[in-house]
Amino acid sequence: MSAMEAKARVSTARHQALGLTDQDVLDMYYYIALARALDERMWVLQRAGKAMFVISGPGHEGCQVAAMWPMDKKRDWFVPFYRSIAGCLVKGMSARDILLGLFARAEDPSSGGRQMPGHYGHPRVKILSTSSPVGTQYPHAAGIAYAAKVRKTGEVTMTAIGEGGTSQGDVHEAMNWAGIYKLPVIFVVENNAYAISVPLHKQVAGGSVAARAAGYGFPGVVAEGSDVLECYRVAKDAYDRAKRGDGPTLLEFTVPRLGSHSSDDQQERYRAKDEIEADRMRDPMRVFGTYLEGVGLLTDAKRKEIAGRVKRDIDEATDSADRAPMPEPESAARYVFFEKD
Amino acid sequence: MAEIRYIDAINQAHHEEFARDEHVVVLGEDVGRKGGVFGATAGLIDKFGEDRVIDSPLAESSIAGMAIGMAANGLVPITEFQFADFIHPAFNQIVSEAARMRYRSNNAFGCPVVFRAPWGGSHGTALYHSQSIEAFYSHVPGIKVVAPSTPYDAKGLLKSAIRDPDPVMFLEHKRMYRLVKGEVPSGDFTVPIGPAAVRREGTDLSIFAYGWMLHESLGAAEMVAPEGISVEVVDVRTLVPLDTQTLLKSVGKTNRALVVYEDNRFGGYGAEIAALIAEQAFYDLDAPVTRLGGPDVPGIPFAKPLEEWFFITKEKIADAIRKLAAL
Repeated sequence: MSAMEAKARVSTARHQALGLTDQDVLDMYYYIALARALDERMWVLQRAGKAMFVISGPGHEGCQVAAMWPMDKKRDWFVPFYRSIAGCLVKGMSARDILLGLFARAEDPSSGGRQMPGHYGHPRVKILSTSSPVGTQYPHAAGIAYAAKVRKTGEVTMTAIGEGGTSQGDVHEAMNWAGIYKLPVIFVVENNAYAISVPLHKQVAGGSVAARAAGYGFPGVVAEGSDVLECYRVAKDAYDRAKRGDGPTLLEFTVPRLGSHSSDDQQERYRAKDEIEADRMRDPMRVFGTYLEGVGLLTDAKRKEIAGRVKRDIDEATDSADRAPMPEPESAARYVFFEKD
Repeated sequence: MAEIRYIDAINQAHHEEFARDEHVVVLGEDVGRKGGVFGATAGLIDKFGEDRVIDSPLAESSIAGMAIGMAANGLVPITEFQFADFIHPAFNQIVSEAARMRYRSNNAFGCPVVFRAPWGGSHGTALYHSQSIEAFYSHVPGIKVVAPSTPYDAKGLLKSAIRDPDPVMFLEHKRMYRLVKGEVPSGDFTVPIGPAAVRREGTDLSIFAYGWMLHESLGAAEMVAPEGISVEVVDVRTLVPLDTQTLLKSVGKTNRALVVYEDNRFGGYGAEIAALIAEQAFYDLDAPVTRLGGPDVPGIPFAKPLEEWFFITKEKIADAIRKLAAL
């Protein structure tokens, strides 16, 4: 196509209509690719006996990057769950930070090697420490948002969970509080249609998580997780709503589950082959990559460049995290209570 | 110095801490307009407003969970659980989240939340308005547990709990609210979390008790005094961290130990005190460490004769004293 045709094509691109620059969408693609490569690296390390356990979110990266994109990375809060690798990366954790947790090193910013991998937290980038029981993080996010509201800090809080976690009472209690007090919080549900092995129809009566929000008096919105720009659009709306003081939003992202629940699970034992194959067509990296190709941004050269950068970043992070020292045994007794260092 | 009721001391501590630090908030069922079902938060909403005095939805897990989030973002939350019996839905938030926040984040995040709960039996409180919950939470590293038994300590320890950088389970035996009075300074003072207090000096036998049981124990000590039995009564006050030194010193002096607690006996908090004494003061003992705990039934039954069968009274304690002193 001619230069003029190409220009016309780009100028009508969806991302620009949403206020995203070309650089924005290329950066978003980089984070999706980085999270995916990090995910794959963690599984390789686990299979090679270098890590005890992996829990990750292949297929969830697109909606996570999109949802985090409007957030102020320094000011706003994130209360993640164990699949939030891409979200944590965009919020400001590094691949090395994540791998320090995988290797349970002393420097692991999430827990100093105290928690299993995947239990993210980082005080400097305002990611609250998380635990294993699902759903407990929702009231924490609403509580942070309550404090932001009465202290008038302007902070927005985002939290995330899977659709299985939405069966927990804590999730509903938190949404009730958030609705009553119109809290600046965004409740994200990454619906990959399985809670370990239990399918959606045995988990969510009525089939829609987003519909739950109506009962709490705020909007619930569904977006397809492989459509990164649509995820961004609804997340930006939710963010602006929170900023304006109009209250919470529930965002349900339907995402493909491209991997097993964790390194201790084999999804082939409870999912049909063709269903797993069909999910691959919804891979957000692939779908978003196709979009970026279509608007002329992800050329072969650009794709190569990003892939090279991602590989370098992951290789360096792996080496550096692997070399980091283990925690001292006696340090296990520390910080049960506050200590003056 | 004014003599005030236990509940007034709790209320005073709230008012003074709210005035001292604008980040202090309280959340719980009926804590706002009503001022709490026992009146602990009376008058706060008019003085400090609805943002800081929060009538929560009727959902205990979220009272704890919201407070944990508030604390992470700069507030200093006091939570009120209307009755300790209703705190159980919040067990996961308190145990898995609040108590572990500092440890699991390797000191990156703390959790300065006070969990207040009226506990223990009073007349007509039955199975679900009378429970003792101290054993559940004392077992969990990462949360402090206090159970003051005088108005002075109630005010001073509540202030310490509010200012503490870690979660504190603050147990108020509801029988004391209006029954127990004492002198309390109207201004600011604190009682440190940790030290136990010897409430009555004695030479023949030591009683270790907290909450309402301290008062029954003091009454029992008075009853047996004319019989020539000199009883020392130690108010444990802080269950976690436990002041082992004061407890062991008392056993070293009297050589006999009676642990009194209202919770059912099996696996109750008093078992930990008994184990401590057996392990660390064995050679000081002239008789076995003895526990007087509540009967091992699922709760305090309602009908008056049943309730009386359950309650540990000064008469029952006096009997236990006589038996132990005679060994």
